Amino acid sequence: MIAFEGVTKRFGAWTAVDNLSLTVAAGEFRVLIGPSGSGKSTVLRMMNRLIAPDAGTIRVEGEDIARLKPEALRRRMGYVIQSVGLFPHWTVERNIAAVPDLLGWPRARVRDRVTELLTLLNLDPERYRGAYPHELSGGQQQRVGVARALAAEPHILLMDEPFSALDPITRGALQAEMAAIHTVTGTTIVFVTHDMNEALALASRIAILDRGRLVQTGTPLDILSDPADDRVRDLVGREDWGLKRLAVETVAERTRPGETAPGDPLAAGASLRQALAAMVARGTDRLPVADGQGRPMGTLHLADLLRGPDRP
Amino acid sequence: MSRLRSLLTDRLALGLLVLAALVLGMPALKPLFAAAFPALDRPLYEADDFLALTLDHLALAGGASLIAVLLGGAAGIAVTRPFGREFRGVLDAVAAMGQTFPPVAVLAVSVPVLGFGPAPALIALTLYGLLPIVENTVAGLEAVPEPVREAARGMGMGPGALLWRVELPLAAPVILAGVRTAAVVNLGTAAIASTVGAKTLGLPIIVGLNGSNPAYVIQGAVIVAALAVVLDAGFDRLAARLTRWRPGAV
Repeated sequence: MIAFEGVTKRFGAWTAVDNLSLTVAAGEFRVLIGPSGSGKSTVLRMMNRLIAPDAGTIRVEGEDIARLKPEALRRRMGYVIQSVGLFPHWTVERNIAAVPDLLGWPRARVRDRVTELLTLLNLDPERYRGAYPHELSGGQQQRVGVARALAAEPHILLMDEPFSALDPITRGALQAEMAAIHTVTGTTIVFVTHDMNEALALASRIAILDRGRLVQTGTPLDILSDPADDRVRDLVGREDWGLKRLAVETVAERTRPGETAPGDPLAAGASLRQALAAMVARGTDRLPVADGQGRPMGTLHLADLLRGPDRP
Repeated sequence: MSRLRSLLTDRLALGLLVLAALVLGMPALKPLFAAAFPALDRPLYEADDFLALTLDHLALAGGASLIAVLLGGAAGIAVTRPFGREFRGVLDAVAAMGQTFPPVAVLAVSVPVLGFGPAPALIALTLYGLLPIVENTVAGLEAVPEPVREAARGMGMGPGALLWRVELPLAAPVILAGVRTAAVVNLGTAAIASTVGAKTLGLPIIVGLNGSNPAYVIQGAVIVAALAVVLDAGFDRLAARLTRWRPGAV
């Protein structure tokens, strides 16, 4: 979907991105993470040609983007930034309709799409479509920002620390919505953050960058169970590493089928971290597990949480 | 009753009413001026029709303002584009010179070249109006928040769409404030243009000053003042329309 080959970008004497090769597969939720100055935002902004590389090639859906018109390329991609950047003189509806309008969609189709997106982002269409950005809270503004980016049904959504400026509760809600949107639309998402918890919660694959170079790529579980070096261990957090690891696996993966145990069942889709919390709260070392329809699936033992991750 | 009340509190409507009454009804005030200035043989300026003078005055001030908007706006846009950034200092200097050069001096200099009539007046007023328009165009465009620009570029707006759809509408209230300053100043200064033979509401004023006829001066001046009130109220109305999207707008 997106492929960087030997990409380098310098700003004066500073090398922001250093001979980077990276691929993002179709349908992935790829999180780029790293400390300030790691080059993660530069990488993202090279994907839609807001920044041009000094060396190397970038392909999007097989095409070398240096040969495409930047405007045409960008209209195929959604772009969400931390400071949102809604057009203050346009209503929510017109903001969301910005790219469809540039693409010349018929009015009725644009209107239906706005309704659909506001609903998807949990904003009441009738209440908010005519509102101006200054009338919205920070979280609502970023919801509109995401809706605007998704409006023209892009194959790729680029997000540059979109939720960093939000309070933790709003951030959590928007993260959950992004995960749901990713599942529903199947859009390839490239998401920049400096928050490892956010990366672990959202990513299907993570790429860790430091000083313009790729340090490690892998699934959240790969990163947690086999950190490449001390920089990754620092990023992952040494203190609560164990809890983070439990958070990326579900109860279903460790359930012993057929057994039964007393008490309220855990949901199979809950994380092992939630399971541990439930065991501590109830003072027990085993809990029953039920599937999405509430049918018993088996039990989860404390001892099973202590094993290393099941790896293929 | 409530209609009368809203008319009396509406600066624009009231100003227009007073203006129309003064322009069309000035001859009817002749007895009033005769009573106020009993020493004058001719208490009413009758050499020209006040309606014609008002229209000429407006054409001169409006024309100069329009040219200043087009020139100043274009120059302000150009120096905020990547290709024109280096001309910013030069433009500021030229516009400031236009402003500090007294209009009377511009008139004096341009008459030998362009002769008497409205042409030198138009040039003087245009130069005079440039500075506020250029300054406010640049300030308005530079005040567009960077994230808004980045979002616009990131979604695939080209430079033209960015300017017309985003930057100019957002800068419009500030630009309008500059146009307002230029227009109000031009409206007053246009009276001076009568010294070089342009027909404006300055004519009765100048004739009155030369001939020690204060009635003529008052007749020209009250109409200019009424025009200024109407213009100011009109700009208020326009500014409210352009800022409907702002916090606190109704």
